[in-house]
Amino acid sequence: MLELAFKGGKTYWGWIVALLAIIGAAFGVYLWQLKFGLGITGLSRDVSWGFYIANFTYLVGVAAGGVMVVLPYYLHDYKAYGKVTILGEFLAIASIVMCLSFVIVDLGQPTRIFNTLLYPSPNSILFFDIVVLQGYLFLNIIIGWNVLEAERNNDHYQFWVKPLIYLSIPWAISIHTVTAFLYCGLPGRGFWMTAILAPRFLSSAFAAGPSLLILLCLFIRHFTKFDPGREQIQSLAKTVAYAICINVFFFLCEVFVAFYSNIPEHMDHIKYLFVGLHGHSLMVPWMWTSMILMVVGIILVVNPVTRKNENILVIACIVIIFGTWIDKALGMIAGGFVPNPLHQVNEYWPTGPEAMISLGVYAVGALVLTVLYKIAVSVKEEIRG
Amino acid sequence: MESSRRRFLKLAGISAVGLGTAPALNAFAASGGHDAAQPYVKKGARALRAKQWAMVIDTRRFHSAKDLEPMIEACNKSHNIPTKITNTDHEIKWIWEAEFHHAFPTKASKFLSEEIEHKSFLVLCNHCENPSCVRACPTKATFKRESDGIVLMDFHRCIGCRFCMAACPFGARSFNFRDPRDFIPEDDKNLEFPTRMKGVVEKCNFCAERLAVGKEPACVEASDGAIIFGDLYDPHSHVREVLKENYTIRRKQQLGTEPSVYYIV
Ligand code: SF4
Ligand code: SF4
Ligand code: SF4
Repeated sequence: MLELAFKGGKTYWGWIVALLAIIGAAFGVYLWQLKFGLGITGLSRDVSWGFYIANFTYLVGVAAGGVMVVLPYYLHDYKAYGKVTILGEFLAIASIVMCLSFVIVDLGQPTRIFNTLLYPSPNSILFFDIVVLQGYLFLNIIIGWNVLEAERNNDHYQFWVKPLIYLSIPWAISIHTVTAFLYCGLPGRGFWMTAILAPRFLSSAFAAGPSLLILLCLFIRHFTKFDPGREQIQSLAKTVAYAICINVFFFLCEVFVAFYSNIPEHMDHIKYLFVGLHGHSLMVPWMWTSMILMVVGIILVVNPVTRKNENILVIACIVIIFGTWIDKALGMIAGGFVPNPLHQVNEYWPTGPEAMISLGVYAVGALVLTVLYKIAVSVKEEIRG
Repeated sequence: MESSRRRFLKLAGISAVGLGTAPALNAFAASGGHDAAQPYVKKGARALRAKQWAMVIDTRRFHSAKDLEPMIEACNKSHNIPTKITNTDHEIKWIWEAEFHHAFPTKASKFLSEEIEHKSFLVLCNHCENPSCVRACPTKATFKRESDGIVLMDFHRCIGCRFCMAACPFGARSFNFRDPRDFIPEDDKNLEFPTRMKGVVEKCNFCAERLAVGKEPACVEASDGAIIFGDLYDPHSHVREVLKENYTIRRKQQLGTEPSVYYIV
């Protein structure tokens, strides 16, 4: 099937070349980072994780979000999703590739990454995270490829794929749960120390992942002969509606617990994010923007009139993607590390090189996604042709 | 010249930090009856031993930030700390000074005695008995040495993921955001201790390399008796005697990491 990725028009190749150019430029910056050290980023002794790990966290969510089409199709026999499961699985693959890249660019000594396997440390959540992410990557590659190939040959996929599909469903939940556990088991980090962190991550993932899928479906319908289907898009939008509401609800639960209990270690981080602390308020406009975007998103996807209008749905999805990104990527990291363990405020903001490297990783993901979607869409077009 | 010095420092790093206190590695000694021959690290004859090293800092003996300087300097000098780094974001600190409400944020009363409120306190790695940094490390580059409870680091194994920094509730860890070697003051260079490379984490090591040759930690030596060092589980140790006679506090002990650094206030 891989040959399908090499048959494309001018726009297709233009896009590929553009992505390669971005990747090349970003790689140059990465070489600089390798040479100089992580000092070219905005990270500090106090905020020791930043943009890379933030985006990593967010994309684990996008990867897990793919399960929102797989689950209804295979567990509830919701036939309509048969057309789009492959899109969810391939999105998951591209996301995991980005996640692993973000972990690598974040390392101070990336050449030693295999030390995690040479000296496996099951007490470390990072060890488990690497294991489940790689497992999820392989599961999706095997499942996606087999099912698509079978579809192309007008055949049923092999019998042994089915158990893997069932396995991939809880596995999707696990990748984001383990990623949340990276944060919420750390003593002395009041902002993260909440049992609701994993559920919060999942709810935001199930809003962001399907939102992105909707955008991709609409894009595919517009530019190819394959139509993922109106019903499918509407069903996804309902998933988004539930998930984004739950996400905001969970956040309000956090606010209640922190402020009604009035415990400073828990309140201070939220205060820093939303009103500023000791005169430091870099995050404040961002967090309020995030809240407004999520509320606007809720209004647009919950209301059936706006949800059913696909033009408005596009706006709703974009709004939700950005709202959850600020909340989970920027806010989650900055909020957790500020104030620091000695209760000093040292703010963080990513630098240009850091943003460029991140952009490069996103371009890698876009490249993987483009190639995979090209193959999937070509197969679908063939079948209908 | 430079490279031979580096090589020497590297060697010193392997023996002092990678393996343990003493440089003698006996690969052929069988440890008793049924055990197969296991390589183990032999203690130096002069090495100081303990079940869990601990420190008591008598803060009554220090009155100003200036009084703390000798200890901080002693540590910086004996561990090749790159003190010439001016960007505070990239600072490497093994032991430093903090005001009471930063050192003990959960213990700072609203109305503190004026003296305590404005005084500086020494802070460093607590060599916790249940260290959360060790739990978090995905490569065991940070580990708790069973023989004496010191939380040590293997700079050659660390991948620089900085999970341990997120996990330490005391801000005791520093990351080398750039090559630290250019920032070690010329007069401070200690050829007996390894320099580090960019991209790895580091912190106070309770002077494991000095204990191995029978010396007390550098900061303890420089404190003129204000810092007491000893075995927490030896009821007759100096540390235990001081703990018996004085009311002491520890940083954030409600988190359960069981810090081994005690403060008399
Ligand atoms: S103070 Fe921090 S770095 Fe030191 S042992 Fe405790 S948790 Fe680890
Ligand atoms: S930065 Fe090094 S010591 Fe810290 S957790 Fe990662 S590998 Fe372990
Ligand atoms: S015990 Fe040694 S390493 Fe630790 S602060 Fe004192 S001098 Fe520095």
